[in-house]
Amino acid sequence: MSEKKRLDLEYSQLESDRMRINVGPQHPSTHGVLRLEVEIEGEIVTEVVPHLGYLHRSFEKHCEKMTYPQIIPYIDRIDYIAAMNNEWPYVMAMEKLMGIQIPEKVEFIRVIMAELNRIANHQIAVATFGLDAGAFTPFLFFFRDREYIIWILEKMSGARLLYNYFRIGGLAGDVYPGFKEDCLNIVKQVRKTNAEVMDLLIYNRIFIQRTANVGILPADVAINYACSGPVLRGSGVKYDLRKDETYSIYNRFDFDIPVGTGEVGTLGDCWDRNMVRVNEMEQSCRIIEQAIAQMPDEGDVQSAIPKRIKPPVGEVYMRAENPKGDLGFYIVSNGTDKPERVKARGTSFVNLSVIPEISKGYMFADLILILGSIDIVLGEVDR
Amino acid sequence: MGLLNKLDDPYEGGGIVLGKIEDLLNWGRSKSDWYLHFGLACCAIEFMAMNASHFDFMRFGTIPRASPRQADFIMVTGTVTFKMADRIKILYEQMSEPKYVISVGSCSNCGGPYWEHGYHVLKGVDRIIPVDVYIPGCPPRPEAFQEGMMLLQEKISHQAIFNKRKKLEAELEK
Amino acid sequence: MLANEIFEQLKAEFGEAVIEYNDKQPADSYVVVSANGLFEICHRLRDKDDFLFDYLMSLSGMDLGENVGVVYHLYSMKHKHKLVLKVAVPKSDPKVPTVETIWRTADWHEREAFDLIGVHFEGHHNLIRILCPYDWEGHPLCKDYETPEFYHGMKVSY
Repeated sequence: MSEKKRLDLEYSQLESDRMRINVGPQHPSTHGVLRLEVEIEGEIVTEVVPHLGYLHRSFEKHCEKMTYPQIIPYIDRIDYIAAMNNEWPYVMAMEKLMGIQIPEKVEFIRVIMAELNRIANHQIAVATFGLDAGAFTPFLFFFRDREYIIWILEKMSGARLLYNYFRIGGLAGDVYPGFKEDCLNIVKQVRKTNAEVMDLLIYNRIFIQRTANVGILPADVAINYACSGPVLRGSGVKYDLRKDETYSIYNRFDFDIPVGTGEVGTLGDCWDRNMVRVNEMEQSCRIIEQAIAQMPDEGDVQSAIPKRIKPPVGEVYMRAENPKGDLGFYIVSNGTDKPERVKARGTSFVNLSVIPEISKGYMFADLILILGSIDIVLGEVDR
Repeated sequence: MGLLNKLDDPYEGGGIVLGKIEDLLNWGRSKSDWYLHFGLACCAIEFMAMNASHFDFMRFGTIPRASPRQADFIMVTGTVTFKMADRIKILYEQMSEPKYVISVGSCSNCGGPYWEHGYHVLKGVDRIIPVDVYIPGCPPRPEAFQEGMMLLQEKISHQAIFNKRKKLEAELEK
Repeated sequence: MLANEIFEQLKAEFGEAVIEYNDKQPADSYVVVSANGLFEICHRLRDKDDFLFDYLMSLSGMDLGENVGVVYHLYSMKHKHKLVLKVAVPKSDPKVPTVETIWRTADWHEREAFDLIGVHFEGHHNLIRILCPYDWEGHPLCKDYETPEFYHGMKVSY
């Protein structure tokens, strides 16, 4: 018997027990306070049970106790990485409920703010995904650039992370002098860094070997799980609310919807989802450039804000394309200045529910990558 | 830098430093704090920015650890919920003495915006573990993190290690 | 397809299980169905070629005073149309059939509605709390919910 055959025989007789281990809630790679109960057989994941609620901050209870404008700061804290985008569906829903027409300049500023924040979100997502795969340098590159974006958002709203900038019917303030030049500089910087990261991370041989063909999510499963955003688009479904259910003034801009192609692996793997985010940054840059060129200089951003916010009895469900997917708000009004019920359909909450389905049969180390490629934020999962 | 001030060499050419061994130890302790990063919510994102290119938290001599057993202090960044509170207590108990706690952000200081109706939010992490430094803000700016870290270093460098009990008794008698 | 056309077709097929169509509101219109026929209606809505509601946008529980309600927001990826379904059951016996076998995404939404409102989804494979701790008492989003004084020895109120 050759040495190899002898070893094979010995290994085949070893008994491998199934083991249940806990990942989180305090773990650097779970992107927050998620707890995963994982059953592994050797290195292979056989079952994943997510346990949520470690950041359940009773958002929906607060909505019932607060007046409509007071809710906006709590909405910032749902998805704290992309707070500008979060506020948008809420204020749109309220404007639809109250029948407010908002000035054109407000729409332009909202688009620019949302797209800037989308870039900042994707920068964190790609950076931490690289970190999960063991690449530290792109993290530093992206956070350097993100800081410049944060500075613009800070100059506009006064806060670095949680902005409370959108108002029902308008905005908290107008643009500052030099805003357009700042935005165009950012766009240049983002493109430069993305080109660098393409070589450094995305088409890196090691990175491709770790992420391609891992965590494959077929399109029909993604739709049945109601995934959205880059997770759904990574599976090749061309679904973007900015085009499919055009809101605000997105029909005036020329941009593409990047979808997964299975370029280096299978369609719908971790690499595809990550690549969609990188491509979306470029599309956001295009939208910002066009919006800056078309934006009117004159106009009062606060002219349409109603004095008293007391919507009529009724209900509305409004959603918008967040960086992570579509975030929806279901608002039920009872005619007073406080809502009867506000339900936030958290994007990450829904996207995360696909984890047990797609992580079976992969290595344990791949589970962390799959989780990173979904790009969750726990504030939105638990609310 | 209480130690280095004594280096102006009172005994010429001797290279002798007069000082308390306690100062030396405290100087060493305060300049190499390893921390258990306990990222919970929004403040953790600001803390990531703090760790990255522009602010460089590691120049304070801090290194993030994933295990409480290797950590000198714990940084509670974000909202502490009841489901999480038990875990924080366990993690804090696993740390070896001397241990410190920095509470970052309004939520872990006092409940923050969730103080009134947050049925599932612990109103301040100091209800379960003792806190040394509070950093206010929602979320705090990176500069506030820096000041909080400096305050902790100052606290460590003034602590008594030897004859701790005697000193405490003397203080109590006063 | 518009919501009132969908309502007409459903009414013709399911009769009394489809209760009313409401479009008097300032914003969204909705269809009210009874809890008994909910599962079949949802199944038909997903699979019939005219409807093809393959995307469950949101599932929310609601406290309506004496009743508890569940609201389903449906969307079709192919036809790009939407529908709002509503069902209400008495609070004393809050039983609604589960739709998690139709849309897998409903699994966690239903657990959340059970956790926060107390709707009992019949046939759900794992109906346990999802956001609150497993030993939490009461359903916090009910209007008559009273916050407990202590949880595991920690004071809850400020």
